[in-house]
Amino acid sequence: MREIKANQITELVEKLCIEANCVITEDIRTCLGSCMKSESSPLGREILGTLVENADIAANEMSPICQDTGMTVVFVTMGQDLKIEDGYIEDAINEGVRRGYEKGYLRKSVVNDPLERVNTKDNTPAVIHYDIVPGEEFHIIVAPKGFGSENMSQLKMLKPSQGVQGVKDFILKTVEEAGPNPCPPIIVGVGIGGTMEKSAILSKKALLRAVGTHSEKPHLAELEAELLEAVNALGIGPAGLGGETTALGVHILSYPTHIAGLPVSVNIGCHATRHAEGTL
Amino acid sequence: MNEKRIELTTPLDNNIVKELKTGDMVYISGTIYTARDAAHKRVCELIDSGEEMPFDFSGAIIFYAGPCPAKPGRPIGSVGPTTSGRMDLYSPKLIEKGLRFMIGKGLRSKEVVDAIVNNSGLYFAAIGGAAALMAKCVVSAEVIAFEELGTEAVRRLVVKDMPAIVAIDSRGNDIYKQGRKL
Repeated sequence: MREIKANQITELVEKLCIEANCVITEDIRTCLGSCMKSESSPLGREILGTLVENADIAANEMSPICQDTGMTVVFVTMGQDLKIEDGYIEDAINEGVRRGYEKGYLRKSVVNDPLERVNTKDNTPAVIHYDIVPGEEFHIIVAPKGFGSENMSQLKMLKPSQGVQGVKDFILKTVEEAGPNPCPPIIVGVGIGGTMEKSAILSKKALLRAVGTHSEKPHLAELEAELLEAVNALGIGPAGLGGETTALGVHILSYPTHIAGLPVSVNIGCHATRHAEGTL
Repeated sequence: MNEKRIELTTPLDNNIVKELKTGDMVYISGTIYTARDAAHKRVCELIDSGEEMPFDFSGAIIFYAGPCPAKPGRPIGSVGPTTSGRMDLYSPKLIEKGLRFMIGKGLRSKEVVDAIVNNSGLYFAAIGGAAALMAKCVVSAEVIAFEELGTEAVRRLVVKDMPAIVAIDSRGNDIYKQGRKL
């Protein structure tokens, strides 16, 4: 049985918090650049250019891309034959968040209770999702989520009879209602199927997929392409000021569901949809 | 888009305010104040109880923003606009008390648009997420009220050439409505 130390997890999370907030992923940087060439609105082109320039300044100075450095969402994939020594995994992750947000000069945006709302001053606790898999691997993705985009996300329990048309209508309605608020061009993460919470987690995971890649399921890849075109025809555009670059991608994940249900979650990611990953 | 570069200096000149049109790109220099959710709530509570304001916002520009901590030697950390709609509940009351200009991102309610028209104000959109770049426009920053609110405290910023777009002009034209018509 392979063993890793809890403080190795802390050190990795610390590093990934800073990296995710300051360095845009290459796929998104490239896509923003190519949209800058294809966008027909002059103001839209200028905004896309500004976003690329901002991303470059952030990476060069290791300054946060956005002041909303988010609530820290962490995806852990852990082999069932791996043992963690000298500490509890959740404490190790939160300690990494605490250190990363302090050392990286990142904003602390978490409140202790949704109703009492006192800032915890260290951005903890993180929201942590675990996947237990065969083997001994330890993989972690840190995905800080700003609430400009998170607040525009929606979930709906559709009827099976509403079918694919119901799914399309709900996704488009969600993007249209979000309008300029989630800092477009956005990434549209969609989770279809499972139960209520399963669809929501899938929609967030869908945001992590590289822009420009497609679903492995042909019918979903087709749906993604059709929806991307429909979203970009809404005219929301960069920063919501008009244009055809409303989304960089529509990413769909699905899961088997119940005979009586068709859950759909739409998680909106901003133009930076930040994440960084590492392995121990 | 206007071809000519429009530079604005605070306090904004009334004639220029009236000339500005939805979609104009502007570069703002001078003094602006940050305030977001918690500070708006506090200010409105002070107004309701008839207490003194922590700063004079008549004719001022409020920037809906909560910055990152400043690195050593820098006036401020990354700073950009937050979603303005969350301030819609408070803005008409502040506009009634003399506030005229706001910088944020996203949609405003009809009540806010009406208050802007009635008081010859302006609502500017800054580019959401361009916070590393916007921090470079900040010359100095100083907390002037509600320090205990941390990032949500009210800060007086001196800015130079901060880019923004006129989103709602003094006649009530709304770029987010026009923008949808391709």
